[in-house]
Amino acid sequence: MALSTKHLLGIKDLQTEDIQLILSTATQFKEVLQRPVKKVPTLRDVTIVNLFYENSTRTRISFELAERRLSADVVNFTVSNSSAAKGETLLDTVNNILSMKVDMVVMRHSASGAPHYLSKHIDAPIINAGDGINEHPTQALLDAFSMQEQLGRIEGLKVAIIGDIMHSRVALSNIYLLKKMGAEVMVSGPPTLIPTYLQEALGIQVEFNIDKALAWCDVANILRIQLERQNQPLFSSLREYNLAYGITKARLQKLNKEILIMHPGPINRGVEMDSDVADGQQSIILDQVENGVAVRMACLYLLTGRTKP
Amino acid sequence: MILISEQQLPSIIKRLSHQILETHPGLDNTVIIGLQPRGVFLSDRIVAALHQELPADQVVYGKLDITFYRDDIRRELHVATQTDLPFSIEGKTVILIDDVLFTGRTIRAALDALMSFGRPSKVKLCVLVDRKPSRELPIQPDFSGKEMDTLTPFKVKVRWKENDGVDDVILLDQ
Repeated sequence: MALSTKHLLGIKDLQTEDIQLILSTATQFKEVLQRPVKKVPTLRDVTIVNLFYENSTRTRISFELAERRLSADVVNFTVSNSSAAKGETLLDTVNNILSMKVDMVVMRHSASGAPHYLSKHIDAPIINAGDGINEHPTQALLDAFSMQEQLGRIEGLKVAIIGDIMHSRVALSNIYLLKKMGAEVMVSGPPTLIPTYLQEALGIQVEFNIDKALAWCDVANILRIQLERQNQPLFSSLREYNLAYGITKARLQKLNKEILIMHPGPINRGVEMDSDVADGQQSIILDQVENGVAVRMACLYLLTGRTKP
Repeated sequence: MILISEQQLPSIIKRLSHQILETHPGLDNTVIIGLQPRGVFLSDRIVAALHQELPADQVVYGKLDITFYRDDIRRELHVATQTDLPFSIEGKTVILIDDVLFTGRTIRAALDALMSFGRPSKVKLCVLVDRKPSRELPIQPDFSGKEMDTLTPFKVKVRWKENDGVDDVILLDQ
């Protein structure tokens, strides 16, 4: 049993069996993380570079913890204090790092498709830790793992992805994964933040009324408004966004059921979600973060298993 | 070729459980741990036999998966199974149970895995089949169902009714 791909570039390229294998392996790693000694010697002779061309807190720390808990050797690269600032190309940077006997690349880049380009030119397995507005596969996997853990299944679940769909790699990866695993997906938010042909292209429902979306779903995955990727005004103000689309306690209390509240972080409190929702009983936001380490350990383990010494 | 028949197996399991009880009376301060995936079939049987001799709460029983401690990840990827050790092994005598002791590498990994859960005072090893001549590490069993001098290219397969439809141990010519 092994993954069907050499790289983890996106959920789009994965088979359903790959997703199931990653999720079941993550369950075993989650148990490892409850032990008195949380470290296993699995990747003892493996060196991994974390190549972050874009800011990150959670994902970078989560990958680094996952790597260290598998006993891999870790090298961190952040663009701000590197030669990329001197004009070195991405491929040159990576080839230089790999020539120092590095086995695997974990990469975040603001350009969509950067890891796909890299995968055509290097041999080492690449894990995409987020590329522009394209995909963030490990986030979708940890979201799925968290849903499955809380609700016992993914198939048949009604998942609403709410907010800035247009600029969100989390949304696209989640849509691919949930469709492959047999969940129903709806996206909701202001029309200016939802790509025009999403419904036709991916066969998912679009609902502009947030209250209807909440009433429909079992799980609401709330996304951050990515102001840094918006180069024109797409809604009038953050306060107005909160009034029209923000998840508030009042909105949740109107429902006659308890839905699961998720958010990939970082949260803009008081914009897409109020604090009493983020910290409330239905929120599993911190469970998502905890599960991220186990899911990334599973991805690293399964991809290493495909490399020859 | 059949090495242990369906008729012989129950008496071997009974003997193993009696040997464990003789050396660890009442299983005082002792825990039983079966190795996933295939050692658990044997440990399930031994624990069932121990339950006939002792009150159920005297038999502390868990399961250990050693996939992440293997030394051959780049040769062959193994799928991990569940580890279930809902008790402390600190200061206890641990009796590890596996079906076949072959190169000794699985037990090496199991010892490593065990230390992630605490510091046992002693670790003992119980196996159904001991393939002594194929050992690659200095590891020997304390309780063994049957010793076999089969050469390395042959495969010893332990089959269990609950998984393989039949209870026996056979020799496969590879």
